Amino acid sequence: MEDRLITAAIVLLGVPAALVGYILVTERLIQALPERRQGRLRPWFWIAPALAFLIVFLIYPTINTLVLSFQDKFSRNFVGLDNYIWFFGDPGTLEALRNSVLWVVFMTGGVVGLGLLVAILVDRVRYEPVAKTAIFVPLAISFVAAAIIWQFMYQYRPPGTPQIGTVNSVLGLVGLGPVDWIRERSFLVDNFALIFIGVWMWTGFAMVILSAGLKGISTELLEAARVDGANEWQVFRGIILPLLMPTIFVVGTTIVITALKSFDIIYTLTNGAFGTDVIARKMFAEMFTTQHFGRASAVAIVLLLAIIPFMAVNIRRFREQEALR
Amino acid sequence: MDHRFARRLAAMLGVLALVVGACNTGGGGGAADKEVTVVGTWGGSEQESFLAMVKPWEDRTGNKVKYTGSRGLGTYLTTAVQSGTLPDLAGLPGPGEMSEFAKGGSLKPLDDVLDIATYKAETSPAFVTLGTVDGKVVGVFIKSALKGLIWYNPKNFTGTAPATWDAVMGTDPGSADSLWCVGLESGADSGWPGTDWVEDFVLRQSGPDVYDNWVAGKLTWSAPEIKSAYEAFGDVLDASFGGAATVNSTNFGAAGNPLFTDPPGCLFHHQASFITDFFKEQGGAADGDFDFFPMPDINPQYAGAFTGAGDLFGLFSDKAAAKDLLKYLVTAEAQQIWVSRGGALSGNTKVTSYPDDVSKRSAEILGTAKIFRFDGGDLMPNAMKAAFFRSMVDFAENQGNLDSILAGLDEVQKTAYAQ
Repeated sequence: MEDRLITAAIVLLGVPAALVGYILVTERLIQALPERRQGRLRPWFWIAPALAFLIVFLIYPTINTLVLSFQDKFSRNFVGLDNYIWFFGDPGTLEALRNSVLWVVFMTGGVVGLGLLVAILVDRVRYEPVAKTAIFVPLAISFVAAAIIWQFMYQYRPPGTPQIGTVNSVLGLVGLGPVDWIRERSFLVDNFALIFIGVWMWTGFAMVILSAGLKGISTELLEAARVDGANEWQVFRGIILPLLMPTIFVVGTTIVITALKSFDIIYTLTNGAFGTDVIARKMFAEMFTTQHFGRASAVAIVLLLAIIPFMAVNIRRFREQEALR
Repeated sequence: MDHRFARRLAAMLGVLALVVGACNTGGGGGAADKEVTVVGTWGGSEQESFLAMVKPWEDRTGNKVKYTGSRGLGTYLTTAVQSGTLPDLAGLPGPGEMSEFAKGGSLKPLDDVLDIATYKAETSPAFVTLGTVDGKVVGVFIKSALKGLIWYNPKNFTGTAPATWDAVMGTDPGSADSLWCVGLESGADSGWPGTDWVEDFVLRQSGPDVYDNWVAGKLTWSAPEIKSAYEAFGDVLDASFGGAATVNSTNFGAAGNPLFTDPPGCLFHHQASFITDFFKEQGGAADGDFDFFPMPDINPQYAGAFTGAGDLFGLFSDKAAAKDLLKYLVTAEAQQIWVSRGGALSGNTKVTSYPDDVSKRSAEILGTAKIFRFDGGDLMPNAMKAAFFRSMVDFAENQGNLDSILAGLDEVQKTAYAQ
């Protein structure tokens, strides 16, 4: 235990100390150089530690994962595209891929849509902070805890016995159900039941950001529109929505990436059974259950490739906005 | 940057690092040797029983056990072994992992920790064999369980124990809704109660040789012996309370509860001996509300065959206190504590005082079984075991998919056993 504390202390204090030392030493070295060269070299010396961290903790693992994805179960021999052929030929992974798409579409749609709706509605009421807090709270809950909460909500008992799950007992009051929400394959009910948990958790996040964006829209603009006779819908369509678009975009991208990485809810509730598997859980299963490093890496690479376009679009939009300023 | 400032900052940081480092070496040295970290799968009442079991040792030696319960023990240990930040003592998810860790060197041989002769004399031979890798004992059993017990509520089932499997299946449920209660839900390990069923059928229908070959990956899943075991379980599912949706959504711990409702949901429940704890805590049953008969033989050629399980424990450090704790845990004195608290059988044959009739009879069966096999799923490699668990859930959901489910298991089998 002390060993670890010492290590922690060394890391916490030693790393900054080493960095400061590094800067002092390199500054000495640079100053020994002719004046003209100094300006050009200095930024590189200053950025080098950050680059080193980036390479060690991000670029190297990524490249290594890519290499592993072309190797066999034990990372001993190269097997060409075998792991990718497996990925796109295995019914299990294809189902996971389909579900991940469902998560991306419906979680993002649900979170952004509901977040926007709530943001606009609470903007008009006096108890706004209370309402916002209530909706934001689920985000503070861990994914696993949220999954457990909803396991209770979705509880299923055989027809004819008392339903102890909230959803099924409410349905029972009007003479419907019970439905085994997280295991019912028909109409993808189970997938949507799981995605709803994600929506429930993340709506608060979208709401807070969108609400902040909403407050940024000048009231004069809105009043001018109203004076000119625009109704509330026209104000929303013509002014609020276009001005809020960049914010919606940022929130949307964040949720898309969250949805692609969704793992905990599925792992906790169904562990991927009943047709609810997703890419991230598949990666975990290949890594820790099957211990097939090649396949796990291939899944990771596919996941990475799926996320890159969203990141790229996000960065481009960010640059465009920067350029506008 | 102001050089003087930067230099002063660096000096300050350096001094701080030294001070913090010195404090830690000075202050905490002794405490670490007296603390033994233990990781196991137990939570709730099982965790309490384990802590009660180590309490006398703590009081006697002044050492402290720091226990962490983790349901994902396999994942945890795999990561811990890779990173080298191991607990002192840990439960082993199964003999498969045990052998992996032992061969990798992270799991310590116990030959110089235990008095091997005494250990062998006091422990059921089947358990000694299961804890041995390459001739060295590396795993010991903290407690054990007998599987293949059929539980009933004596208020609802008043007949004598059926002598054949057909007689069990032919029993009239009477006032109960169905003959069986089955619950497969267990979080990420969902399906395992079904694997116990299949294992019991394989062993009783086709015998220990088929069982061993199947577990070792030498017999395919689509072989008639295995398929017939799944089908026998299918008959049970057909006669189970609430049907497929209930089977898959009911947690194994709550599965037996309908035995005690009025009117009862089912007449029989198949589960290992540990379930009595759950009957009392979740089902509202008291001692006397439940009883069992062993699952009868199916093929008379393999009469007296039983499956069981146990909690294997291994040593991952050279710390003297950890070795001493392990030594203590295998003694009859220690194991008696858990046994007396209920829900466990001992692997130590010197433990004879059982708190109730149920555990006493289970222990007798365990001691006298003609054929005894360890839980098959636990003996399989991780990937195979996980696929086995999943196959039960898929099979319960739609029995019509049996052939494709078994074919899928064959696929996993092809790669899972590779070293």
